[in-house]
Amino acid sequence: MSRKFMKGNDAIVVGALQAGCRAYYGYPITPASEIAHAASQHFPALGGTFIQAESEVAAINMVYGTAGMGIRTMTASSSPGFSLKQEGLSYIAGAELPCVVVNVSRGGPGLGNIAPEQADYFQVTKGGGHGNYRLIALAPNCAQEMCDLTVLAFDLADTYRNPVCILADGFTGQMMEPVTVPLARPVPFDHTSWCVRGDAETHRNLISSIYLESEDLERHNLKLDEKYRRIARDEVRFEEYRVEDADLIVVAFGIVSRIVYSTVDQAREQGLKVGLLRPITLWPFPSARIAELAARDVRFLSAELSTGQMVEDVRLAVEGRAPVHFYGRCGGMVPGSEELLAEYGKILEGGRS
Amino acid sequence: MKITEKPVAFYPEFARKSGPHKETTHYCPGCGHGNVHKMIAEAMVDLGINERTVFISPVGCSVFGYYYFDCGHMQAAHGRAPAVATGIKRANPEAIVIAYQGDGDLAAIGTAETLHAANRGENITVFFVNNAIYGMTGGQMAPTTLIGQKTATTPRGRIEAQHGNPIRMAEIIATLPATTYVERVAIGDSKHIMKARKAIRKALTNQVENRGYSFVEILSTCPTGWKMDGPDARDWLIEEMIKIFPLGVYKDEADHREGAWHRPVEPFVPAKRDAYLGADEAEAKAEKLSLPAELHCKFAGFGGQGVLTLGLFLAQVGMRADLHASWIPSYGPEMRGGTANCSVNLSERRIGSPLVDRPNLLVVMNQPSLEAFAGQVVEGGVVIVDTSVVENCPELPGRRVVRIPATGIADEVGTPKVANVVLLGAICAATGAFPLAFVEQSLRETVKKKDLVDLNLAALRRGYEHVRDAV
Ligand SMILES: Cc1ncc(C[n+]2csc(CCOP(=O)(O)OP(=O)(O)O)c2C)c(N)n1
Ligand code: SF4
Ligand SMILES: [Mg+2]
Repeated sequence: MSRKFMKGNDAIVVGALQAGCRAYYGYPITPASEIAHAASQHFPALGGTFIQAESEVAAINMVYGTAGMGIRTMTASSSPGFSLKQEGLSYIAGAELPCVVVNVSRGGPGLGNIAPEQADYFQVTKGGGHGNYRLIALAPNCAQEMCDLTVLAFDLADTYRNPVCILADGFTGQMMEPVTVPLARPVPFDHTSWCVRGDAETHRNLISSIYLESEDLERHNLKLDEKYRRIARDEVRFEEYRVEDADLIVVAFGIVSRIVYSTVDQAREQGLKVGLLRPITLWPFPSARIAELAARDVRFLSAELSTGQMVEDVRLAVEGRAPVHFYGRCGGMVPGSEELLAEYGKILEGGRS
Repeated sequence: MKITEKPVAFYPEFARKSGPHKETTHYCPGCGHGNVHKMIAEAMVDLGINERTVFISPVGCSVFGYYYFDCGHMQAAHGRAPAVATGIKRANPEAIVIAYQGDGDLAAIGTAETLHAANRGENITVFFVNNAIYGMTGGQMAPTTLIGQKTATTPRGRIEAQHGNPIRMAEIIATLPATTYVERVAIGDSKHIMKARKAIRKALTNQVENRGYSFVEILSTCPTGWKMDGPDARDWLIEEMIKIFPLGVYKDEADHREGAWHRPVEPFVPAKRDAYLGADEAEAKAEKLSLPAELHCKFAGFGGQGVLTLGLFLAQVGMRADLHASWIPSYGPEMRGGTANCSVNLSERRIGSPLVDRPNLLVVMNQPSLEAFAGQVVEGGVVIVDTSVVENCPELPGRRVVRIPATGIADEVGTPKVANVVLLGAICAATGAFPLAFVEQSLRETVKKKDLVDLNLAALRRGYEHVRDAV
């Protein structure tokens, strides 16, 4: 194992390579382009495939083709491009194909700007395309996780035959930190029973999301639903810092969780008992843990780079048993620590009055 | 309709079809899709390729192509078959990949995918069934609908000034240099069917022999959409459609291209990737150093002065010292006002925010940066200023200002490009965070061009000595 200083975006490609990803398809967009740059360098050098597709629509459908062969594949984009992938993601989820999709999200709506935002939370966690489906959504907050969660994403995709999204932001993509490069290991999945490789063994298989008869489509949906319930039960991941005795639990992911982490100790020096709960999986969301924490006398604050998206999931989890506050910046503005500390103070004073 | 004398590349019974009639197709009587299917199945049998074929069904009346052919199947989103085909063929060049598409699928919603797969010369076979109508959705105008033709959405007939003209895909595709073979054929009578059969076989043979992209446009009947009976539909195809869509070979370069479009790939070999990325290298031995204090640094100057690299050098020194380290370039509103800057954190503990809004070390290489960031420096912090560039550098109460003509010193050493390394030396001396020898070793490892190592080391030492001797 070796440690290298690298950008989050590059760490994603390193994770993908070590996970056994063999084909990358993408269309350039800031701030995700570096992923394509690195992929164009490394995939062909290792006998894999890199294609700069004509659009994000084409890229996700190339992913569909390769994923349908049971081969590990990925695409990456940023918000406007991620919007274009929604049709393909719905088909991929419907056909139950494993793949990894990265969204290094930026400011919206529309063309917005290239600065970091977390306003794609709804699109990623609620199913941006049509139909009953879910993406498993992972939110790294450091370069090491950009790598490690990419490896995990491929494993989860294969385990559940479902697309997995890495929701990053411009900061986690641009930031450089030491990364321990994991060793590659063989892919421990055999997809022969369902995939279509263009060989005798799989030539009776079919990749499709069409179910003409209502009974069949309902059955298919219920089967997917059962799978999503299993994922929601078994795959929740989160991290906590000083929540045990906290009067205020800040829920934050990605770059915001890093800023909040810095403020927890500072707040405590000022006598404010603050803790951090960081969802690592945005879907499935750590609702059960939040519900558990909400049972005692505590307040929640959802801090986001948006005008309020994840806060809805916090509220759903809390079910009215504790006050839920929101603090957000957007358009590329990020809250500084002093700004957050002031907000904590306001909330906790409000709580005492 | 019933397909008689099924070639063996068809399933003996259409088990995937819903309903009781598993021996007939789902197509209307007189529909051209059945004829085309039969010719493709025959060619698959003759070439012995059905087990390694992946047939991509489009969205359109042929969405259920997988009912029939005894081969691998993927059903694609409307218009996306060429992209799906690309994803299959590139991942396994031994697979024979067929994109089967209608006119709405290929020439309207999927035009981009169609043109670009062709333009990349994907080694695939595209069968384009042009029936001048949207059959599946109830007979709306297609991009290939003829002028005057009445459809559900052109109740008064297609008019050039309203709807444009029928689009001629074979002609367009043939203009793309990477394509190998483009032909337009028709069904309708046995004479035309014979030619169509030959074209279909050739298009598949080309792929088997890795000759590249083949495109066969097949003019086909849709009696239901055209509101005609079978014989009238066949007549209309031959008398009207062919006038607008002339038959023939638009391009054939197959002879020069045998094997040329094979794009081999390699399987995943973990050890190869470990070696490629250096994941199997023993970790460079980090000497654990302790920091007198956490460093929260900002480096700012003009783009091109090397401030981002300076931050990177320092962060890598930190990594070598087994510290937590982060580096992030300027962001948001900070990017304006003539400064390029980056934030670096070095700590013995896990780093929270990588963004530095209250630095305890600021290094500036131009005047606007000093003005922008000096006020943010915490009390007791250090501000290092390149006085070769910054003319006006006042005292900052409660902060230690270190002045060094870094660019001038760099010039003396050999090039102004190493001014940032002079500043690295200055940081070393001013903060006492790292021993000089340690930073020298780090620089030896980080500087990529080995002939520049000595120059960099000289710059580092000069910066270090300048500040040490000034104290
Ligand atoms: C995204 C999307 N838009 C529209 C449709 C509806 N639709 C299904 S088939 C079709 C047109 C099919 O026409 P064509 O490709 O010519 O095939 P044909 O049925 O004539 O063989 C349309 C518009 C769809 N399924 N998906
Ligand atoms: S609607 Fe037209 S294309 Fe569709 S099956 Fe009927 S005849 Fe064929
Ligand atoms: Mg049609």
